[in-house]
Amino acid sequence: MTSLQFSGVGVRYGQHDALNNFTDTVKPGEWLCLIGPNGAGKSSLLRSVAGLAKHSGEIRVDGSPLRMRSAKRRAQLVAYVPQSPVLPDDMTAREYVVLGRNPFISHFGTETKHDWAIVADVLKRLDLVDLAPRAVGTLSGGEKQRVVIARAIAQEAPILLLDEPTSALDIGHQQQALELVDQLRKEHGLTVVSAMHDLTLAGLYSDRLCLLHQGYRVVSGTAAEVLRQETLAEFYGVSARVHHAEDGTVVVIPYRQGSLGN
Amino acid sequence: MRRWWIPAAGALALVSVLLGAMVGPAGPTWWRVPLALLDHLPLISIDSGVTSREWTIIWDIRMPRVVLASLVGSMLSLSGASYQGVFRNPLVDPYLLGVAAGAGLGATLVFTLNRSGSSTWIIDPLPLSAFAGGLLAVLVTYVVGTAFGGQKSASTLVLAGVAVTALATAVQTFVLQRHTDVVRQVYSWILGRLSSATWGDVRLVLPYVVISSAVLFMHRRLLDIMRVGDDEATALGASVNRVRIVVVIAATLGTSAVVAVSGLIGFVGIIVPHAVRLLAGASYRVIVPLSLLMGASFLIIADIPGRVLQNPSETPIGVVTAFLGAPFFLLLLRTKQGTR
Repeated sequence: MTSLQFSGVGVRYGQHDALNNFTDTVKPGEWLCLIGPNGAGKSSLLRSVAGLAKHSGEIRVDGSPLRMRSAKRRAQLVAYVPQSPVLPDDMTAREYVVLGRNPFISHFGTETKHDWAIVADVLKRLDLVDLAPRAVGTLSGGEKQRVVIARAIAQEAPILLLDEPTSALDIGHQQQALELVDQLRKEHGLTVVSAMHDLTLAGLYSDRLCLLHQGYRVVSGTAAEVLRQETLAEFYGVSARVHHAEDGTVVVIPYRQGSLGN
Repeated sequence: MRRWWIPAAGALALVSVLLGAMVGPAGPTWWRVPLALLDHLPLISIDSGVTSREWTIIWDIRMPRVVLASLVGSMLSLSGASYQGVFRNPLVDPYLLGVAAGAGLGATLVFTLNRSGSSTWIIDPLPLSAFAGGLLAVLVTYVVGTAFGGQKSASTLVLAGVAVTALATAVQTFVLQRHTDVVRQVYSWILGRLSSATWGDVRLVLPYVVISSAVLFMHRRLLDIMRVGDDEATALGASVNRVRIVVVIAATLGTSAVVAVSGLIGFVGIIVPHAVRLLAGASYRVIVPLSLLMGASFLIIADIPGRVLQNPSETPIGVVTAFLGAPFFLLLLRTKQGTR
C-alpha cells in the first residue's frame, strides 16, 4: 500500500491562487475525501497530483517526489477519474478500458496478451462483460461511470483520484459507484483521494474528511468532527442540521431559512 | 468481424489497380491487360497478345498514373484521419486546414524562383518548399482556430482553415501576376499532374509517403488515447504535445509532398476516413491501415471517369473528388451539428 504526502502544495492559475500551502499525509489504504464549496481548491489539488496543474511545494508518493517522474511513471502510480470524463461516443467500452494500460506500453508498442488479460479481468469484476462491445455513447450514466472507473482500475495504480465521481448519478447509482470504489480499495489496497459535494455520502464512505475553503485547508478529521452545524454555516453558508444516527452515520440535512427546525 | 476489413480493403485496392491499368482511350483490349501484367512477373510466362507498343502504354503511361494516384489517395486519407485525431475534430482534412493551399503557395514560389529550370539541387526543392508552406499554414490555422474557438469548437478550426486557404491563395495569385511567364505551368500543376504522371513523379514522392505513413502508423494507438482529451491523455501518461507535434509534422510532410506532384485534390482526406469509420468502427488501429488501403482505391477509381468522360481531353481529378466530396462534407456537417 502506498502513502501520499503533500507539503506546502500551491496551485496558481495566472493571478489567481486556487490552492495555498496545502499540507497533509494520506496514509496507505486510506480514503480521504476533500470537501468544500465550489472553488475551494479540491479539483486543483487532485489535478496537481495527476500532473495536470503546475504546483509549488512537494507531492510525495511513498516518500519520493512525484515531480521528478515522467508522465508515464506518474500514471503508473496515480489513476485519475475526472469530473466529466470525455467519452468518445463511438469507442467501444473495451477499447476505452484498454486505454488505462497506456502507462505500461512503450511509445510505439501495442498491448500485450497480459494487458488484454488485465482488461478482461477488470471488465469481469466490474460486471461490464456484456457492455464491453457496446459503444460508450450508448451507455447510461451509471454504466459510463463504471466504465470510467474500470479504465482507472486497469491502470493498476496504487493511488486513485476521483473528482466528483457521483455528481452525475442518481442516488442508487451513487451508492453503487461508491460501494464499487470501496470494494476495489479493499481488494487492491488502494489509497483513495476524492472530491465530493454530497457531505453525507462523503462522511459515509471515506475514512477522513478534509474541508477546504478559498484555497486553504480548514479542518480535517472524521465526519463527526468536521461536519458540524457551525462549520457548515461558516464555510458553505448553508443552514443545515447535522444528525448523528445511532450507527455513527453523520447526516447533513439542509432546512428552509425562517422555519428553524430544531 | 473486424479483422476481415483489412484483407477485404487490400483486395479492393488490388482490383482498383487492375481497373486503373485496364481503362483508357488508347491501348490494348481491357482483358489482355491483367495477362500482360502477369506475364511480366518473374517466373510467369503467358501469351497475352499485347504488342510492345501497347505494353508501353500500360507500363509507362497507365501504371505510373495508377501508382501515383494510390500514393496520393493513401497519403491524403491517412493525413486526414490523423489531423482529425490530433485536433479531435471530425471536420478537418488537409484541404480544409489550409495545408494544401499553403503547400501550393510553397510550390508556386519554387516555380517562380527557379524559372531557369536548372536542377542543381541534390534534393528536389519542390516537395520541401511545399512542406514549409503547408506546415506554416497548419500552424497558423491551429493557433488562430484554438485561440478564438477553444478546442471544443469544431467549426472554428475549419473557419480558420478557410481564412488561411484564402490568404495563401491570394498571395499565390499576387505572385503569379508578377510572374506571368509561369502561370501556365502553375495552373496545370494546380489542376493536378496525375494525367501526365511518370515514374519520376512516383520516385519523387515515394520516400515522403513511406516515411510519413510509417510515422503515422506507429502512432495509431496513441491517436486512440488522444481521443479522450488532453487532460485525460496526460493523466494516462501520454506526452500529448509531443504526439500532436510529431503527427502534424508527419501528416503535413506527406500531404505537401503529394500536393507537390498531384496538385490540389480536395475532400479525399475527409471522405475516406469517415467511410472507414462508418464501416469498421472508430478505433485508429483500424482507421489507419484501412485509410491507407481505401484511400488508394478511392483515388484510383475517382481518376478513371476523368479519362473517358470528355475524351480526348481530361477532366481534372480535383473536379471529380470535389463533386463527390462537397455534398458528403455538407452531410457530415449536418449530422455533427445535429448531435451536438
